[in-house]
Amino acid sequence: MDFLKDLIGFLKARKKYWLIPMIFIFLLLGVLIVIGGGSSVAPFIYTLF
Amino acid sequence: MTYSDILAVKFHAMYILGVSAFYHDSAAVLLKDGKIIAAAQEERFTRKKHDARFPESAIKYCLDEAGILLGDITVLAFYDKPLLKFERLIETYYAYAPRGILSFITSVPVWLKEKMFLKREIKRGLANIGSVNKQIKLLFPEHHLSHAASTFYVSPFKEAAILTIDGVGEWATASIGYGKENTISIFKELRFPHSLGLLYSAFTYYLGFKVNSGEYKLMGLAPYGNYYSEEVKNYITKIKNEIVKIYPDGSIWLNQKYFQYATGLTMTKDSPWEKLFGFKRRNPNEELLEVHCNLGLAIQIITEEIVLQMAKEAKRLTGSENICLAGGVALNCVANGKLQESNLFKNLFITPPSGDAGGALGAALAAWHIFLSKARVVRENELDALHGSYLGPGVEEKDIRSVINKFNASATKYDDFEALANDVADFLKDGKIVAWMQGRMEFGPRALGSRSILADPRNAEMQQKLNLKIKYRESFRPFAPSVLIEDAASYFELDGASPYMLLVKPIKKNLRKQVPLAYKQLDVRQKLYYSRSYLPSVTHVDFSARVQTVHLETNPRYHKLIQAFKKKTGCSVLVNTSFNVRGEPIVCTPEDAYRCFMRTGIDYLIIGDFFFSKKDQPNWKKTDQWKEEFILD
Repeated sequence: MDFLKDLIGFLKARKKYWLIPMIFIFLLLGVLIVIGGGSSVAPFIYTLF
Repeated sequence: MTYSDILAVKFHAMYILGVSAFYHDSAAVLLKDGKIIAAAQEERFTRKKHDARFPESAIKYCLDEAGILLGDITVLAFYDKPLLKFERLIETYYAYAPRGILSFITSVPVWLKEKMFLKREIKRGLANIGSVNKQIKLLFPEHHLSHAASTFYVSPFKEAAILTIDGVGEWATASIGYGKENTISIFKELRFPHSLGLLYSAFTYYLGFKVNSGEYKLMGLAPYGNYYSEEVKNYITKIKNEIVKIYPDGSIWLNQKYFQYATGLTMTKDSPWEKLFGFKRRNPNEELLEVHCNLGLAIQIITEEIVLQMAKEAKRLTGSENICLAGGVALNCVANGKLQESNLFKNLFITPPSGDAGGALGAALAAWHIFLSKARVVRENELDALHGSYLGPGVEEKDIRSVINKFNASATKYDDFEALANDVADFLKDGKIVAWMQGRMEFGPRALGSRSILADPRNAEMQQKLNLKIKYRESFRPFAPSVLIEDAASYFELDGASPYMLLVKPIKKNLRKQVPLAYKQLDVRQKLYYSRSYLPSVTHVDFSARVQTVHLETNPRYHKLIQAFKKKTGCSVLVNTSFNVRGEPIVCTPEDAYRCFMRTGIDYLIIGDFFFSKKDQPNWKKTDQWKEEFILD
């Protein structure tokens, strides 16, 4: 809940409502990947994200 | 009543905890009423290099050092803004889709499990340490503001231009700002994916070194390139025409055709690089050839040019005579040295924890000076507010005795430090290698005479011996000198102090030896073993050295040791390299020190007033698999 409150406040402050559908897709795909057992992809050479 | 007033009424002293974590080099810093009480990197306790986990051990240490409980902390400042980073992640994937799928698949689970819920992760981490003050305030200053605060607020300047340059924070990859009294204003930012730090890291990667730790190696390799060769000139032209565009204000544009970091798991796209430079990405185990050195030199020259251009813009925007640097690129001591030589600014200060660990320090100081609006006191004639950066755990006699008992070690305790310094100076003079552990551990990546391996710089074989038999690292890597501040100008072209080993300066001409005309054409190995000066072990192939000036007021024991060495030899310089082996974090406790001593060819170990001689120690365990424990960095 804390996160949702912060995220809504953040989007309001940055006026980036167009990110909402993107975040929704990110979460949806993300949940699928996590449920699917994650990935066997090699880790980043350098953590940017 | 302001928030700061409420807290001040409730508590006698205000404790602020600064934290950096979850990306690289996590660390904790504790302030008491704005004064730095303790600071340490998590890797030193967990013994995992660049450990990025929540710094539980470092926080525990900070609390112990102050003699307080977690509940006494009233403000916790985290070194960046996670939601801004999340915005970058979403926008980057959106901009590049569907190309970033591999990177997406890799990063999503980490974000969903951890990074999206950073507040929860921080609270979880804190709960493992103790009970938290319910009124604790969590603050998230921006990444580059944390870097800016980590350098300006500890600098000896009342006002200064501030330049921060690193890989990437939230969006910013570099910033120019201005600090005055307790305020910091950011004037300009360079934004992702255009980044000097990432450009340098991309070349680090292409030349076969590890990103985020191999940058030092690339910097050390560059001087082996032939500055006057056509190949270096060609590489510079190619890089500028194809890979990076440099604008007059110091901002840069990176041609993403050559990079992979925004969408993939590696730094570069190998095929366009191969086409451009005419050789394949170097395998880490492959021999270093002239082309590698020349490409390394080309990118080092370009980096220096960009740093200088950014500094010029900082000068134009601020008009200040002083400049403070921070961010990973500020650890490029060669570029720092060139900036100082440019005389653009009268005074230069570089914070010793310039990388992400220093973000913890900056976040805490930003909370104190910006969020709580507390005044800043700058004392005239002081080096800076870090006083040598000796902010980590100290050495206690009970811990030394416990190591002696545990390993059945043989040690002698000196009652008189002068006698100890005298004996150690004798051993150094005789070509022995000494591990030196005194007082509180350094905060920042450099060993500054508290956790150091020392040797005689006049000994021509010392560089090879230290690299191959003590540190077990690449033979081309140079070693740094520690010199008494009062004698520094006699050995190096250094104007002023360099207490944090963050400036590379040429060795004085009268100390150099004549080299043949063909010297510049020699290969790596031939250049390396050519005696170039009367301080051969600390003179790099281009006659430069990464100087540390030693000050009586910040490290009296180390200062006295070098004085004792000077009395015996007339030389007030020592080789100083960090007390560790390759891939290992610098030793933290007496036990770490004893283990490292026994695993290597170090002759003598000094911890506090205790003296250990290798030949008197019991046989070391043959089962000690330390090379597997610490992977090559």
